[in-house]
Amino acid sequence: MVIWIILLAMTAAAVMVVLWPLSRHSAVRGQADPNVQFYRDQIAEIERDRERGALLPAEAEAAKAEAGRRLLRATGLEDTASAAVGEPALRRRRAVSTLALSVVPILAIAVYGAYGSPHIFDRPVANAPQPQAQTQDLATAVSQIETHLAQHPQDGRGWEVLAPVYIRMGRVDDAVKAYESALRILGDDADRLSNYGEALVLARNGLISSDAQAAFEKAVKLDAGAPKARFYLAQAAEQDGQVEKAKAAYTDLLSISPADAPWVSLVREQLTRLGAPVPPAAAQAPQVGAADIQRMVSGLAERLESQGGSPEEWARLMRSYAVLGQRDKAEAAAQRARQALAQDDAGLKTIEAMARELKLTDAAQ
Amino acid sequence: MLVEAGHFALALALGLSLIQFVVPLWGARSNDPVLMAVAPAAALAVLACLAFAFLALTVAYVTSDFSVINVVENSHSTKPMIYKISGVWGNHEGSMLLWVLILALFGAVVALSRNTVPVKLQANTLAVQGLVTIAFLLFILMTSNPFTRIMPAPSEGQDLNPLLQDPGLAIHPPLLYIGYVGFSISFAFACAALIDGRIDAVWARIVRPWTLGAWVFLTLGIAMGSYWAYYELGWGGWWFWDPVENASLMPWLAGTALLHSTVVMEKRDALKVWTILLAILTFSLSLLGTFLVRSGVLTSVHSFAVDPERGVFILGILIVFIGGSLALFAWRAPMLKQGGLFAPVSREGALVLNNLLLATACATVFVGTLYPLALEVLTGDKISVGAPFFNFTFLPLVIPLLFLVPIGQTLAWKRGNLLGTVQRLYAVFGIALLVTLALVAFRDGGPVAAPLGIGLGAYLVLGALNEIVTRSWSRGTPLATVWRKAAGLPRSTWGTVIAHAGVGVTVIGIAATAWDAEGLGTLKAGDSMSAGPYQARLERVVPRQEANYREDVALMRIFRNGQELGTVETMKRLYVTRGMPTTEAGIMTVGLSQVYVSIGEVHADGTIGMRIYHKPLVLLIWLGAVVMAAGGGLSLTDRRLRIGAPTRARTAPPASAVPAE
Repeated sequence: MVIWIILLAMTAAAVMVVLWPLSRHSAVRGQADPNVQFYRDQIAEIERDRERGALLPAEAEAAKAEAGRRLLRATGLEDTASAAVGEPALRRRRAVSTLALSVVPILAIAVYGAYGSPHIFDRPVANAPQPQAQTQDLATAVSQIETHLAQHPQDGRGWEVLAPVYIRMGRVDDAVKAYESALRILGDDADRLSNYGEALVLARNGLISSDAQAAFEKAVKLDAGAPKARFYLAQAAEQDGQVEKAKAAYTDLLSISPADAPWVSLVREQLTRLGAPVPPAAAQAPQVGAADIQRMVSGLAERLESQGGSPEEWARLMRSYAVLGQRDKAEAAAQRARQALAQDDAGLKTIEAMARELKLTDAAQ
Repeated sequence: MLVEAGHFALALALGLSLIQFVVPLWGARSNDPVLMAVAPAAALAVLACLAFAFLALTVAYVTSDFSVINVVENSHSTKPMIYKISGVWGNHEGSMLLWVLILALFGAVVALSRNTVPVKLQANTLAVQGLVTIAFLLFILMTSNPFTRIMPAPSEGQDLNPLLQDPGLAIHPPLLYIGYVGFSISFAFACAALIDGRIDAVWARIVRPWTLGAWVFLTLGIAMGSYWAYYELGWGGWWFWDPVENASLMPWLAGTALLHSTVVMEKRDALKVWTILLAILTFSLSLLGTFLVRSGVLTSVHSFAVDPERGVFILGILIVFIGGSLALFAWRAPMLKQGGLFAPVSREGALVLNNLLLATACATVFVGTLYPLALEVLTGDKISVGAPFFNFTFLPLVIPLLFLVPIGQTLAWKRGNLLGTVQRLYAVFGIALLVTLALVAFRDGGPVAAPLGIGLGAYLVLGALNEIVTRSWSRGTPLATVWRKAAGLPRSTWGTVIAHAGVGVTVIGIAATAWDAEGLGTLKAGDSMSAGPYQARLERVVPRQEANYREDVALMRIFRNGQELGTVETMKRLYVTRGMPTTEAGIMTVGLSQVYVSIGEVHADGTIGMRIYHKPLVLLIWLGAVVMAAGGGLSLTDRRLRIGAPTRARTAPPASAVPAE
């Protein structure tokens, strides 16, 4: 919301700048004809030069004659009848005011609407989750591993350790190469193939290429339960337009997954999105400890923080915090949800409803 | 939030530029001062918006906000602060933003010069300026938006192209852009004069500082770029006739011609139509340069990203502005009043010849740059037009031009006396000849081009200084009077003299490259190699780790005839984020000469390939350019009015007096 107020203020200021000179019609300067002034100054300067001795008298005479001729030519050229008053001038001014009031805001908002992303906040690295020093250490560590691998290129474990770090650093192409090396040296393995496939998918911005698909299929062949590979294969089916096959694959994956597996919520989301019936959640396994719950909750929080999410997910996060007895965190989550969902009225209602239900202090009444 | 506000400011600037284009034009047509008064206000508002947008992007770079794609692609959180800031314009999107920011800055300066520029001319000029801003803002917003966001934000950026991680990046593009964009003001003034159908000495007086300023910055920008390429690319060349370099040389040549023709126009009210045409052509060549560099037609360190959509867009801008302004010219130019008369042998005549030669030289570069591209488009054949072509075509045009410089400077306005002028230059000719002969005698052997070129350079320097001498000294005058007279000469005269001397200095530097010596070898620690009188011994090779790169450093000890001068380092770097290797040359400056060592291949057995160059007087090439720019700057500070003082004709003016155009 704040962002729109700022943008509105900027627009208003811009329009005012145009309207201001239009309102000052009485103060328009009567400029002396600059041409006439120019030649007058020039003649005066020739005179000064002659007195200082910079010009010989004969030269000065010739120059003065020349400037005088031009002065004669310049006088009377200017049509000084300015059209600042009268009915047509008034109409022109109104037209320009209308133009400024309409063109500037409409154009700016249309262009910004097409290209801007008002819902994204600034995320300077200084405020981002990991502090700068850690990034620096990471870079040093990576370059040490790289140096090591340059000398011992047959160290498959090294490549495998490095690859996920590359992905975190945004060097996806390097990650693909690292996984390729790991696969070549250490051989095929369901996890390794799944991760390799995932890197390929990231490198193509989410598109599942035939290379990636082959890697996932190989992984499933090695381990029928490999969740990551099965998940991406379901996605591949969806990308190919085979929605039914995708639904079936997601449902299968859900049926073989433990209820507390971290990917379950993601799979359920996909099913909801495709409009398929979502199997009811299996009863919470009794052995799940508080630490596990805490981890799941913080995982959800992190994801919502970085990628955003639906109002329901935000509400779930608030409830989880409340259940865990961390009311301050629940309130903070509500705040973040309101910011993130500022554009979404229905979503805000959901959040407010949850806030009231949980009796959070700052719930909008 | 700041990033988004910056993005919105960019969109607002577009709306305001539209107002800046339409309203003043209407005001000027209907002679309504109120409407015309909107122009300066709008121009200032556009500047405020663009400055804010640029600031927002800079903040995103400084704080490493990786939710901005542009920052992700060109920055890294461990990069030194200076490259975080210079990285803002070290990429396509940011550099275009800098381009329009400078455009708006200059527009604002025109808007603020209230009492020197006639209202109507100011309104029309700002309108044309507004149109240029619209075109480039649309280009930025639609094809090269620096504010595009990405979610989720990557935790680390992809770093800046290592070749650009150099202090040169902080200076070279802004200088060059101030030059390019400065010519857009001359262009806008020319179009405004055509729209209004009026052009006179007042116009020339207003335009001259802009042209001069743009020329000064372009000169410095080109020299800076040349020096940067010289020390960064690692093979010791300073000019490659590379299309990107030519793209900046063409506006410089046309701008130099424009500079001289505005002088004629201001002082003698002549050459009006030609000056207007030159102003249009100079900016057109600046646009062409932008197109060549930014469209991906050429691949080089300057074309940050190849994107055909951008190329088509810039081509569109090019066609609209060049076509539009030339059509305006064809329609309006015949209505402009012809100017003063002058004889062929006169200062004006010499300047016309200067313009002809510069324009032809510019055309040569144009053909040499664009012909291979056109051929490739039409037939698919790839040909390479390099130094030999330019040596055969460009030099024969430039050498007579250089001979003409001192003569033209000595000729009188309106009608001159060629014989008298040549007589006044006898001493200069004599000394330059002596210099040449002395060089041939002392450095026996070696190419003959060097002494001849240095002779020419000496002739230029002395010829320029001769102007001061002849105007302040005569036989028997006491030295104090001479000094007072010389100091009392107008600053524009001193500016001309210094700038022309600068040309001579550069010519000397270029000529001396004929004496370059080069050595090439494979060394292991303790080995030596030599070039000219210098020897270099490889001490050792050590690895080194920095924040965003690691490097192998070769320590070289430099000797001259057995006497040690010091140590230089030459490095092979690997920038890890991009996995890109670069070579850093080791340079030792001895007086005005340099010893340049550059590391090559590092072999498995510990030996390394190494090149060494001895480059006598090489610094003069760039020092000359700096002197030229200083001369231009000095001339810029001279706010006097100028009028050419013709000498009274002893006889009737010759019948061959020709009209100015």
